[in-house]
Amino acid sequence: MSIETKVIELEEVSIRFSGDSGDGMQLTGTLFSDTSSLIGNDISTFPDYPSEIRAPQGTVAGVSGFQIQIGKKKINTPGDLAHVLVAMNPAAVKANAKYMMPGGTIFYDSDSFNQKNFEKAKFTTDDPFTELNLLDHIKVPVPITQLTREALKDLEIDNKSILRSKNMFALGLICWVFSRPLDYIEKYITKKFGKKELVLEANLRVLHAGYNYAWNLQHMTPRYVVHPAPIEKGLYRNISGNLATAWGLLAAAEKAGLELFIGSYPITPATEVLQALAERKDLGVKSFQAEDEIAGICTSIGAAFAGDLAVTSTSGPGFALKSEALGLSVMAELPLVVVNVQRGGPSTGLPTKTEQADLLQTLYGRNGESPVVVVAASTPSDCFYYAYMSAKIALERMVPVVLLTDGFLGNGTEPWKVPKVADLPSITPRIARDASKFKPYQRDPKTLAREWAFPGMDGFQHRIGGLEKDPGGNVSQDPANHQLMCEIRRDKVEAVADMLPNLELVGENSGDLLVVGWGGTLGHLDTAVRELQVKGTKISLAHFNYIKPLPSNTKEVFSKFEKIVVCELNLGQFVGYLRDKMPEHQYHQFNKVQGLPFTIQELSDHFIKLIEE
Amino acid sequence: MLETLNYTLKDFKSENEVRWCPGCGDHAVLNAVQKAMANLGIRHEDFAVISGIGCSSRFPYYMSTYGFHTIHGRAAAIASGVKCANPKLTVWEITGDGDALAIGGNHFIHVIRRNIDINIILFNNKIYGLTKGQYSPTTDRGFVTKTSPMGTIEDPFVPGRLVLGAGGSFFARCVDNNLKHSQEVFEEAAKFKGTSVVEVLQNCVIFNDGIHEAITDPKTREERQIFLKHGEPMIFGNNRDKGIVLEKGKLRVVQLGEDGVKPEDILVHDASDQDGFLHQSLISMKLPDFPVAMGVIRAVPSKVYNEAMEAQIAEAKAKSKITSVDQLLSSGNTWTVE
Repeated sequence: MSIETKVIELEEVSIRFSGDSGDGMQLTGTLFSDTSSLIGNDISTFPDYPSEIRAPQGTVAGVSGFQIQIGKKKINTPGDLAHVLVAMNPAAVKANAKYMMPGGTIFYDSDSFNQKNFEKAKFTTDDPFTELNLLDHIKVPVPITQLTREALKDLEIDNKSILRSKNMFALGLICWVFSRPLDYIEKYITKKFGKKELVLEANLRVLHAGYNYAWNLQHMTPRYVVHPAPIEKGLYRNISGNLATAWGLLAAAEKAGLELFIGSYPITPATEVLQALAERKDLGVKSFQAEDEIAGICTSIGAAFAGDLAVTSTSGPGFALKSEALGLSVMAELPLVVVNVQRGGPSTGLPTKTEQADLLQTLYGRNGESPVVVVAASTPSDCFYYAYMSAKIALERMVPVVLLTDGFLGNGTEPWKVPKVADLPSITPRIARDASKFKPYQRDPKTLAREWAFPGMDGFQHRIGGLEKDPGGNVSQDPANHQLMCEIRRDKVEAVADMLPNLELVGENSGDLLVVGWGGTLGHLDTAVRELQVKGTKISLAHFNYIKPLPSNTKEVFSKFEKIVVCELNLGQFVGYLRDKMPEHQYHQFNKVQGLPFTIQELSDHFIKLIEE
Repeated sequence: MLETLNYTLKDFKSENEVRWCPGCGDHAVLNAVQKAMANLGIRHEDFAVISGIGCSSRFPYYMSTYGFHTIHGRAAAIASGVKCANPKLTVWEITGDGDALAIGGNHFIHVIRRNIDINIILFNNKIYGLTKGQYSPTTDRGFVTKTSPMGTIEDPFVPGRLVLGAGGSFFARCVDNNLKHSQEVFEEAAKFKGTSVVEVLQNCVIFNDGIHEAITDPKTREERQIFLKHGEPMIFGNNRDKGIVLEKGKLRVVQLGEDGVKPEDILVHDASDQDGFLHQSLISMKLPDFPVAMGVIRAVPSKVYNEAMEAQIAEAKAKSKITSVDQLLSSGNTWTVE
């Protein structure tokens, strides 16, 4: 009896690579994503890894995962549930069982399915699939370890290196399953291991062994076809949110004609912003890895005083440490961009997981009346644009700007149509021109922004500081003056609204339910709302990138809907802010704090319930 | 090319009224810094004076240069940012024993470790003056203050030892009431490439009056202070008849001419000695067994952070194919959708 390969044609498909944190799953996932982009799929990725670099082998705590969704249509999220799981050990199956699509396929390393590993993963029987109730899934056992050894048996290579190349077997196998060519991966491996011939040879061999194995056993392996997505013409690349943030800041510096300074301190999941800028000394970046978070922001404030586009990057705990200094930049009215790649909190919290719970800290977490502009990016690639806009606002309005991204955006990747710097909006720093008229706190009457003069500029010598001053820049303790200056600093931030685009809706301008979100949840909210719209539901989405100030038309937009629900990955922070700003509306809220993104399913279910209520 | 700059002290005074207490040592230090700056041949607009919080940190307001009065303890970090952003500037940090050694201790040791080219003037009055009289990290053990009514139960930092421990390349000491000597030391600190720390023994006339008097009283100055100069023998005393010798690995005060001590037995000061052993011993000398060491105790040319940063940028620019953001965005793994 001949059995044909089962071909499953899909609009989109989610794949999860999963193994020990030392198994190379992040690289495997990344190479698969890049290959998929190159053949024209739209993609979205989500690395999900533990905070321990090498947690105990074989345990559920040590499982590192990488999920990717590829599609022939626009892909907004890495997918709620995986169609396909690649599991390098029993713990990986256990950790991912709840993220599997019913009827999905599980490829697993059958060599690792032994008593020792069952025990490590705390299975009580020797049948993990039954124990996890994964009964209607297609399970494909592959002796990955043994076949990897076999492929390398005549190479003089140590056992550790053999085991390390197992991930290439899995990658080769999955490339066949999804009809991906190997040439990009081969090029990558060759570049990476070019000088270590033996390692290069081993990796290439194992990659092909995996691919050929799947091809040979095609009768038992389902094959998936996902056609290319129809996308706009142009030059594309895959980009992560952290890299996009770094590059957006570089673009802003170039556009503004300034040098870029980043003072920062390594912290998960924001470190890549500092690393990406440290790599760009060729574009004149001055990167300063400081002794702590406080020195990170303080060196940047010094650089802003000295005339650079100054930036500091961090995540929640580090942002807390920067609070006092951020207040100094509010008081001194210096341009500064602070990037907060949010993670689960409070305290050390969930360092590698995503969350949106630093909003209130960002808005209010400083002593005194201390307003800053707050901007939030909403996809990995638009981190570029919002980092750019954060710098533009800071430089044109002489104000600190906090850019909120999160672990999901920072680590996630998607294809991005590369823009031209010439097409980006202009940036005109408020550099003082006329020494005879210069006073440090003289303001533009409309924007209330002061002028910027820095050491080295002849005739503009002046003193600034953290003490309250009068409009002329002299230290002042006068009671009425303090109130006036507090109001000016508030109004200056509010005046930024005149630079912002109107809030635009996904969907009609009125309806039964307005879904409100901000920042990194856009992909999930957008997908859930559009799916319900297709089914005829009168639902629209208002997604915010500008939090403080809010876009000018926000009130008007909100007034056209029966119900409003604010969805966030916290216990209700933006909704509290909206209740304060626009108390005339009644707000429902949908909150999740599990260190994970929303799922489209849970959003849809909740929206339908709300409309029917 | 250097142009001739004929500045005087007045060119560095601001119109702001100086509001330190009458008799405060800070007045004299302000004068000495202004005189030093006028002598340096550096353009007025290229000075930046950065301070933290404390009495002395009001300093920038009394200068006519660029100035930034920042937050408690962070002046070293902010000054580091200023210098790295624009290495052409001459950056001075004004700080105190609380600002630099307590709340700002971390920034203090790290700026020294990096050897960023800034001049740190550390006003040491061994007390918190602006908060009206609490003990500081340089207050002597047992000293009674408002927060140590039974005397402190901790040992103080010796700033110079901390500088050495952090790998410092320049340390000097002077006294507020010796304006001429302070000015000389400040000029040497400014000319030195790298982090220069100058500890100024400064009198707080209100909360710690006379704390340094045993050392600083002009009447006994020559007996109780030794003014070190690179290349010159370590001689002091009203009659310049006392000297420092090294005996069995330890310093000792000797009387010239007594016990057969000859001039050639006296140590000659070498500020540029890489090994910090003698510098450490000199920094640690205290009354009554020793005079207190003044002047430039250590000045060892070392690699400078901001210069290395500039050099790396220049090297990367020369080597890289990427010269614009557009080139960066289209570099690496890209593909074209037709």
